[in-house]
Amino acid sequence: MNLNLTLIGQAISFAIFVLFCMKYVWPPLIGALRERQANIADGLAAAERSAQAKEEAQAEADELLKDARNQAAEIVAQAQKRHDQIVGDAQSAATSKGEQIMAAKQAEIEQEIVTARESLRQQVSSVAVAGAEKILKREVDASAHAGILDDLIAKI
Amino acid sequence: MASSDSSHGGTQTASEYIQHHLQNLTYGQKADGSWGIAHGAQEASDMGFWAIHLDSMFWSILLGCIFCGLFWLGAKRATAGVPGAIQNFCELMVEFVDQSVRDTFHGENKLIGPLALTIAVWVFLMNLMDLIPVDWLPWAAANMGIEYMKVVPTTDVNVTLGMSLSVFALIIYYSLKVKGGKGFLAELTLQPFSSDNKFIKYAFVPVNLLLEGVGLIAKPISLALRLFGNLYAGELIFILIALLPFYLQWMLSVPWAIFHILVIVLQAFIFMMLTIVYLTMAHEHH
Repeated sequence: MNLNLTLIGQAISFAIFVLFCMKYVWPPLIGALRERQANIADGLAAAERSAQAKEEAQAEADELLKDARNQAAEIVAQAQKRHDQIVGDAQSAATSKGEQIMAAKQAEIEQEIVTARESLRQQVSSVAVAGAEKILKREVDASAHAGILDDLIAKI
Repeated sequence: MASSDSSHGGTQTASEYIQHHLQNLTYGQKADGSWGIAHGAQEASDMGFWAIHLDSMFWSILLGCIFCGLFWLGAKRATAGVPGAIQNFCELMVEFVDQSVRDTFHGENKLIGPLALTIAVWVFLMNLMDLIPVDWLPWAAANMGIEYMKVVPTTDVNVTLGMSLSVFALIIYYSLKVKGGKGFLAELTLQPFSSDNKFIKYAFVPVNLLLEGVGLIAKPISLALRLFGNLYAGELIFILIALLPFYLQWMLSVPWAIFHILVIVLQAFIFMMLTIVYLTMAHEHH
């Protein structure tokens, strides 16, 4: 346990190793550590940001989806309304058209009845005239007796 | 005293065996004026200060080179991306040391981090040599013709004192640099006892100087002797265990080695931590 030069030798080698460590070991390692720390912090912040962005996007998508759904419901309701209206219109149009046709036919029928009646009257009058001719045995002057005839016809 | 002719061979007594194991390989000037390796403890101590323990220096420098080499390998390709195995290990150590430094020292100093790392790893490696069975390396050395081989550098008080005195020099340097000569002197003389009265204040100077002086000197001495004492005692017990018959040794050496794992890590950590604390105190203003 003698104190000797070993003490100085150890102090010198200590200084050399510390200087080596200070120059070649510590700065790169501590630099790498700090850099990685910064990278991880950035990564975590980015993850945080993207999570927030995702949440916002989700909310937006939900909003859009809700709007779309409302719009679709509205469109369906409108279509339903339009459908009802078209059907109603068609129904009323058909009804009125039917009525119109019916009225026309009725008028036609009445017209025909009138015509038929008229012609019947004519025929009856001519039959009556012919009858009268036979009875009188002579020609009745149609034009001279038109007034009597017409009066007759109207009575039939 | 163990004499050189009884250091090997079967006729060695227990006392000679122990003394042989505690003897450094000392190179210096012998009594007859020639330079060479001391044979025996008496001759080694007669060499005085101008002698050197070749075994301590060899192992301490070898282990220091291993430390630097390993960490240089790790630092050379250091990347902020995915680290390799060596870089991972080095980063683990650097981060641990850096954390210890930053927990204690709140200043800007480029030296303290690398200094603490060097102490932690180097002292740990030197302590680790204690776990190699005590006879292996001395036996190998004896076969190579080397008479003495003490493989644990930290069981040599010169080694621990060499480091602690370097730390002491740094304490003085930073004290002077941060506080200035006047501030440092005031710290040594004007506290812990102080007074507003000028006369009493100066009357306390000798007392304060004595207290603070002892405190200052105690720092490197305690730092060195703590490490040295722990490792020396551990080594001594390993040597004592090695005196048992070989089939009984494991019963004691295994528990002691396991316990010693704690000691070698703890002592390296304490040396590092105290260095940080002392240098922090040197940076503080009072």
